[in-house]
Amino acid sequence: MIEGFTALYIFMLAAFTGYEVIARVPVILHTPLMSGSNFIHGIVLVGAMVALGHAGTGLERAIGFFGVLLASMNAVGGYVVTERMLDMFKSSKGGR
Amino acid sequence: MGAVIQISYFLAAALFILGLKRMSSPVTARDGIVWAGAGMLVATVVTFFWHGMSNYLLMILAIAVGSSVAWISGKRVAMTTMPQMIALYNGMGGGAAAAIAAIELLRGTDGHSDATIGLAVVGGLIGTVSFSGSLIAFAKLQGLIKRSIVFPLQQPFNLAILGAAVVIGALLPFQESGGILVFVFFALVLAFGVLMTLPIGGADMPVVISLYNALTGLAVGLEGFVLNNAAMIIAGTVVGAAGSLLTQLMARAMNRSIASVLFGAFGHAPAAEIAGEGGALKPIDADDAGIMMAYSSKVVVVPGYGMAVAQAQHKIWELAELLEERGVRVKFAIHPVAGRMPGHMNVLLAEAGVSYDKIYDLDEINPEFPTVDVALVIGANDVVNPVARTNPQSPIYGMPILNTDQAKNVLVIKRGQGRGFSGIENALFGKSHTRMLYGDAQNMVSKLIQAVKRL
Repeated sequence: MIEGFTALYIFMLAAFTGYEVIARVPVILHTPLMSGSNFIHGIVLVGAMVALGHAGTGLERAIGFFGVLLASMNAVGGYVVTERMLDMFKSSKGGR
Repeated sequence: MGAVIQISYFLAAALFILGLKRMSSPVTARDGIVWAGAGMLVATVVTFFWHGMSNYLLMILAIAVGSSVAWISGKRVAMTTMPQMIALYNGMGGGAAAAIAAIELLRGTDGHSDATIGLAVVGGLIGTVSFSGSLIAFAKLQGLIKRSIVFPLQQPFNLAILGAAVVIGALLPFQESGGILVFVFFALVLAFGVLMTLPIGGADMPVVISLYNALTGLAVGLEGFVLNNAAMIIAGTVVGAAGSLLTQLMARAMNRSIASVLFGAFGHAPAAEIAGEGGALKPIDADDAGIMMAYSSKVVVVPGYGMAVAQAQHKIWELAELLEERGVRVKFAIHPVAGRMPGHMNVLLAEAGVSYDKIYDLDEINPEFPTVDVALVIGANDVVNPVARTNPQSPIYGMPILNTDQAKNVLVIKRGQGRGFSGIENALFGKSHTRMLYGDAQNMVSKLIQAVKRL
């Protein structure tokens, strides 16, 4: 489906997108942003699910289970931590 | 169903990018994470309907256990330990990318082109380094590993391990089925991640965590190519690029190159050379310090990691409000790398309710210091060390600092007489207009509050 050069183009455009989105960010948002991007690579969960879903041998299943476990921790933990951080920004703005 | 999955992945990728964009402005940041979260939910749900899948029971069990552990730990931790939690969850993501690579490599080369296997190897390597490296970063910040571990010939030794892993990794595409070499490969890379992170000092940890964050993103993107998964490719690559830029910004704020963070252990400079600058440390008691602040017209508070450790942010804001009632102008000055991450102090002060317009960054506040009556340094050390301006021998020479030494008076709240995280003496503490308040930051600020109240 995604072959050779098409893959390369996607890679290049996505890299530029990431760079541009971050390029002009105030220092105060660096930590929340790091946390937010940490959440976003939790999408690895999707890949880990597919890998476990197609696992045949016991060993593959064990590794796949481990992968899904770790990936869901990345996604959920990343979300909770980022949300908590950003919540405080909201309350400090609205409070005054 | 295939089309629905593809459309959902497309939607998820779009939501991630929009979410990240919204997170880059304080006004829309709160929505940003919700948008990205919606994308993640959609992508995860449709993946259950991927064709030809089995092992659903295991999958649901893994998700249930992983999610609840992360949910509870993420909700429970104190704001001050956020940096290490980010490191921990980031390591999990790297580990997951490595697990995908491991399964693909164990399954062997059938059905994959050499290029795909090559990408799986590279992604597996990066993901694994991020996994074991992040766990060590977590352990260091959490205080489980207290010192930087340095031994002779460390760099050549680490490089040899990495070299061996790369050689074995290069052999993997030519194996019929992965077998034992795959295990050797991952074992070597795991060891490399640990060894590479152990010598890095605590002051450099933010840069390292950010770097591992970018690496995990890249690993996820690479495994996305292996699995032909556009959502992973786009989200992983965006994070890889954004994370790399963020890492550079942080390193620049500390006046360090990424290479010197990774390969030049901070503590190497002989401490004796720098010691002995300035005079003896002069303590002051809380009552005198309180009076000094209450009768000044401008006070600048400089928080550092010590404030985070002592959870003193609420007390400090109480003190600031008290001083403002008396007509003192109070500002907060935040160094880009104060604490363990850029923005660490902003997050804590925001938690305490300090409004934005009172918080100033380095460039804004530095010209003001000569007109400041009292600079109150709370648990900050290296970021106010004038040695960074004056002594070319110092390992932090050239790092932009908050020029608190130019204030008319400097009060320093400090737990003990020890050094900062970089392990060097602070020349500010010995200056003639500096007074030391020894004690836990929260305790000491409470005493200052009482002192001001009594006036």
